[in-house]
Amino acid sequence: MHTVVMTKGVPDFREGQVSFDEEGHLERGKTPTVMNPNDKHALRAAFQTKVRNGGHVSLMSMGPPGYKEVLQEGMRDVYADDLYLLSDREMGAADTWATAMTVATGLQKLADQPDLVFAGFKTADGETGHTGPQTCWCLDWPIITHVLSLDIDEDAGTVRAKRLVDGDISEIETVEAPMPCFIVADPEFEPTYRRASHRLKHKDLREETQERAEEYEESLTVWDHEDLNLDPDYIGLDGSPTIVSGVDPIPKAPSEREATMIEADDSEALEPVLDELTPYAAGD
Amino acid sequence: MTDSYEEYEAVVVGCGPGGAAAAATLARNGVETLVLERGVDAGSKNVSGGLIYAEESAPYTIDGLFPDFREEATERPVSENIIHNIAGENVKSFDIGDLHHHDTAWADSVLRRKMDSWLAQQVHERTRETGGGLLTEVHVTGLLRERGEIVGVTTEELAPIKADIVVAADGVNSELARDAGLMDWEEPEEWFQGVKAVVDMEPEIINDRFDVAPDDGAAHLFSGDLFDGVRGGGFLYTNESSLSIGTVFHLDSIAEERAEPHELLDSLLTHPLMAQWLGDEYDEREYSAKLVPDSKKAAHPSPHKDRLVLVGDAAGQMQAQGPIIKGMNHAVTAGALAAEAFADARARGDPSQAGELYEKKLHDEGVMDKLRPTGYKVFGRLGEVGPVDDLSNAIADSAVGRFGVRAASELLERAYSSPRMVSMIPDTKLPYVTLPTVIAEELGEPVTDENTVSPPDLADRIGDLTYDVGDPHIELLDKSFEASGTAVTACPVSAKDFGGGCYRDEMVQTNGSQEHLVSLDTQPCVECGTCAIVADTEWEHPAGGKGVEFNEG
Repeated sequence: MHTVVMTKGVPDFREGQVSFDEEGHLERGKTPTVMNPNDKHALRAAFQTKVRNGGHVSLMSMGPPGYKEVLQEGMRDVYADDLYLLSDREMGAADTWATAMTVATGLQKLADQPDLVFAGFKTADGETGHTGPQTCWCLDWPIITHVLSLDIDEDAGTVRAKRLVDGDISEIETVEAPMPCFIVADPEFEPTYRRASHRLKHKDLREETQERAEEYEESLTVWDHEDLNLDPDYIGLDGSPTIVSGVDPIPKAPSEREATMIEADDSEALEPVLDELTPYAAGD
Repeated sequence: MTDSYEEYEAVVVGCGPGGAAAAATLARNGVETLVLERGVDAGSKNVSGGLIYAEESAPYTIDGLFPDFREEATERPVSENIIHNIAGENVKSFDIGDLHHHDTAWADSVLRRKMDSWLAQQVHERTRETGGGLLTEVHVTGLLRERGEIVGVTTEELAPIKADIVVAADGVNSELARDAGLMDWEEPEEWFQGVKAVVDMEPEIINDRFDVAPDDGAAHLFSGDLFDGVRGGGFLYTNESSLSIGTVFHLDSIAEERAEPHELLDSLLTHPLMAQWLGDEYDEREYSAKLVPDSKKAAHPSPHKDRLVLVGDAAGQMQAQGPIIKGMNHAVTAGALAAEAFADARARGDPSQAGELYEKKLHDEGVMDKLRPTGYKVFGRLGEVGPVDDLSNAIADSAVGRFGVRAASELLERAYSSPRMVSMIPDTKLPYVTLPTVIAEELGEPVTDENTVSPPDLADRIGDLTYDVGDPHIELLDKSFEASGTAVTACPVSAKDFGGGCYRDEMVQTNGSQEHLVSLDTQPCVECGTCAIVADTEWEHPAGGKGVEFNEG
């Protein structure tokens, strides 16, 4: 079993971490890069596969050399066996299409061809959700998106997954696909470990990986466009059909609102509140 | 993925000292052993007063099983043991070093979070080598049966697990022991309840105030009239950089007197005698509580059924040797003996004999006689018969008794230090309240130090214990005050006229009549089990990793 997880570094949008200039533009230099939060779901799905079915987990990303730490973070989380970074200047400023081309080529170059590739559900910066499916299109594999849970039958060479239909929690279907297969894990994905042996394996892997993550560069392979035999005209900015013409900042909601404080046991003051609310209770 | 049963040779439930001893001994015998611990970390679900003994006569000791134990997991060796008899401000202290040192290889103070999590690490490494290992945050809910026979365990988090032996080391409120019908929560007379405060203190200050070397410590015990006549006493042990101060009372006495355990603890903390040790700054790190089985009455004489064996608190193996309570050492011995019994039975080709063999070993190794001493059966029980008890109290308190106390001061000190004498002590007011009070009145000197300690109130104490309890784990079956009202006072995190605890009493108007009811909110529950005995409840533990999490223990 060989499993690959695709991941991306994104600005840390959490309060206190992210920094904007006066015009509301992201200050990239002042904002730390972290692993795309949604990728954690892909990592969990891949790790569940490793615990239950064993095998080898690789983590792959395309980006600047600074993404190495993102891969290290991923290694700690998913207890990955090895890391791949596709990185050089020619790949810079790529849109989702050029990224998909590059990553798909990276996947094809792996000596041990993957049985499953996992991607997270859209990135926190672009929010397109295109890169995973486009990469899969390049590979010409089956894809299962919005995956909630999955079981693998290695003997039959199939994967069976529960997925949200149209991303809607009220409708869940079970689908089966032959491997190799591309999986997009939904944020609702929940790994389950109902067997003690799985939890013990989980614990072993966690301990074993913490040491490996310290020395992560020993498990890291960096490939540039020449290693991948890619024509610079088809990757990076030159290979990107998408043009971002401009960015409009979303105006901030007014932060000051009128408020009247009423003590909870002040029944007289609560009267008008009740009057206001009554029509809603009546369904008007 | 199938949800079919997993199988291990042995499943040990709980990784306190009993479970750790069992698991380590099983692993040493090459047994594939799975250890399931409910807490986020071993030691997060239970507390002890804090002294662990290693007895010379015991076949197994904790440092024998885990050689670095004292270095890595304990606080201070305790070489001094004093009991203080108190009447008002009068105090008469006896050195009970002889009792403390009798049959004692060593005795160390411990804090359970540190101790048990160290043990758990050792246990995981050893059991992993034989194909098992330790998992935390797994709540074992009951026994797995096939055709009526116990064959394994059920859990909240995992699919059922089969085993050739199940070691229930799941503590005083063992759900396995109750599922098997071996233990119950019926009689308050069979239990003590302890509450404890861990008080922060710099090591140098401890050395100074207790006049001990940096690698030495002291134990102080307290009895007399400072606990409003509730039968029990107090203790103080020195840790490395804190003190464990607590009180332990007979649960039936707490229930009868409608006593508030946290107030009894405060009576000790604020007594003038404590001023010399507590000084002006009082910083309470943790408030905790626990139910303590009285082995004289509760230790199961035959703690096994089918493939299930009970060890430690789960089997009621907690010895009150007069004022000294020994539990962890017996749990260690019992755990190791249970494991040894399984290894022997397996070697003979009949693992199902493990339970019988375990019982035999408990008797042959003298454990059972320590837990249920013959002397108590003959004399102690006699002293608990009503008229005898009344008469003894009257004599002790009479002019004759007081003369005797004055005349026999040295004899008394020796009596307190005699393991044989204290094993016969009846569970009455005489030894806990009347005699210490008379001793202090007749022989004591007044202590006039000013105690400025003001302990935190219950709301603050509970505030430090906030955690995610998950779904309510206790159901109040009978809400009437008659059936369950005792819980309002006896529960260590509830109190009369206090709205922030687990149990509250309330007057409810219904159709013109007024009902006195009890309501329950399990949020602040410390899982001590008191209400399972004194109230009408359906009691179970919260899910793995949920509920109380002690940092000191």
